[in-house]
Amino acid sequence: MSRQTAVAGPDVAALEELARQARAHIVRSIAKAHGGHLGGPLSVIDLLIALYFQVLRIKPDEPAWPDRDRCVLSKGHSSIALYTALAMRGYFPVEELGTFDAIDSRLQGHPDMKLTPGIDMASGSLGLGFSGALGIALGARAAGKDFTTYAILGDGECNEGIVWEAAHVAQRYALDNIVAIVDHNKLQQFGWHGDTVAHRLPPYTGTQLVDRWSAFGWKVFEMDGHDMADVLSTVQQARDHVGGPVAIVSHTIKGKGVSYMEGNYLWHSRVPTPDELATAMKELGEPAAPAGGGA
Amino acid sequence: MTLTKGKALRFVFGETVAELGETDPRIVVLDGDLGSSTGADIFEKAHPDRYFQMGIAEQNMLGVAAGMATIGFIPFVSTFACFAVARALDSIRVLIAQPRLNVKITGGYAGLLAGMTGKTHLMFDDVAVMRAMANMVTVAPADEVEARQAIRAIVAYDGPVYLRLTRSDSPILFDDSYRFVLGRSTVVRQGDDVTVFSTGVHTTRVFEAAQLLADDGIEVHLVHVPTIKPLDEEGIVTAAQKTGFVITAEEHSIIGGLGSAVAETLSDRYPVPVKRLGLADTFGESGPDDALLDKYGISVEKTTAAIKALVGARKGAKRN
Repeated sequence: MSRQTAVAGPDVAALEELARQARAHIVRSIAKAHGGHLGGPLSVIDLLIALYFQVLRIKPDEPAWPDRDRCVLSKGHSSIALYTALAMRGYFPVEELGTFDAIDSRLQGHPDMKLTPGIDMASGSLGLGFSGALGIALGARAAGKDFTTYAILGDGECNEGIVWEAAHVAQRYALDNIVAIVDHNKLQQFGWHGDTVAHRLPPYTGTQLVDRWSAFGWKVFEMDGHDMADVLSTVQQARDHVGGPVAIVSHTIKGKGVSYMEGNYLWHSRVPTPDELATAMKELGEPAAPAGGGA
Repeated sequence: MTLTKGKALRFVFGETVAELGETDPRIVVLDGDLGSSTGADIFEKAHPDRYFQMGIAEQNMLGVAAGMATIGFIPFVSTFACFAVARALDSIRVLIAQPRLNVKITGGYAGLLAGMTGKTHLMFDDVAVMRAMANMVTVAPADEVEARQAIRAIVAYDGPVYLRLTRSDSPILFDDSYRFVLGRSTVVRQGDDVTVFSTGVHTTRVFEAAQLLADDGIEVHLVHVPTIKPLDEEGIVTAAQKTGFVITAEEHSIIGGLGSAVAETLSDRYPVPVKRLGLADTFGESGPDDALLDKYGISVEKTTAAIKALVGARKGAKRN
């Protein structure tokens, strides 16, 4: 596939088509690597496509442009989703997705900011990326820079204490140049069990996540993370908010787009069999993968 | 002859970063709510717009420092060694050391002497942890003269540094002619009987011990090693060759610190007997400085006696 440019206006249909293609890249890449994560990447990919093709002020030809918006995927285990968005946007060839997790690849299991073009902060040990993003935002204000820093967290990631250390400090400094987006896909890797051990509970239920961020002094929006129009308008509102930090609780479905993965915690980091891959490609509207796979 | 009294390294830190901040707008200080103890308050007073209170939340403080470094600031993170190294280690490892970001981690109150705080605050395995971490430069100055120069040197160096600072007043070892070079050791005293390597403020104690030993006819070749990583391997080997018998001495656990670093280098390049003096494999306790130094065996007197015994045993072994 050739490199694609940003979508000119809020063309929801075009973004939805890019997200569909991205989902196919994600599933194929994980199948080829025989490892990695699927549930989280599939829940967060609509957001990443919206950011990289519509929202972010970036220059893919100049990844280190000092005035670019920053985007930190703090839920670093969903790296394949970020790599896919970056590749499709032109930071590196889409074909390189086929090297994910391979030895000597630039596409490491968790994002490496010194190795991969377009990665603004290391992440992988949960909560840390968000803390780094806060430092970028605080530094941007001190340096008189006007860019926005977006940090994408998982809902399970919000278990980490450092998330709330950072949330507190952002509020103390009334930072309005940072937007935290929580991919609330309602499942963590294993989590607490419900009535039976096969029934895994969401890390937070009801309004718990909204309440937590609100209690830390953040303005909170909610959105349907799979509704591209909602994503665009909510992220825009969050970016334009002044006077303090903003969080978006993005309601999503883990494994979104592949029926047998949706809402099933087992697909947090499982590798599809050839038959499962074929089913996924069919559901995602892709031709069957060629023998040997490949992204 | 005892050394003249000097300033505690924590105050030298505050004064020096404040002074450097006058001309270098990249320097910022992040404080984990200990500025009135660590000397960070001196910087806050001079540059309030570049001093950032991070609250009692060290993991996040180190992460914020990493983020600020990515846009060109040189953050000095200021807290106690125990909170920087032990509490915030994951942030240091993933966000600072792995991406090799330009963050300076200052571990105040390092070692055995931390003002009656006891074992929770006494951090004397910090060097072991930090020197084992890839990309991390580890520096432990001896006195105020060296600390001032070392802070300038680590600002000039682009990359992560752990700077070991101490609470109590420390004597002045070096005169104004001294020149600190990152990654170099320095011969403090010439001698033929035994080579002693030391680091940090403990070198001032070993220097005083060496003078007492000279009165007993033992001439110590004393080498100060302010940069524990990267280690001055050439300097270590050369100094070991001088006497063929090596002792290391430090205000740090004998596991993983300077003694281990010296032993690793010499076993590879110039195998000679190496005896390690320092803090035993234990935790500390609260108490006055003098009592702690005595009980844990690293006072001037205890160091003198230990070196004398080791040299005596060595001479006895040679005669046999």
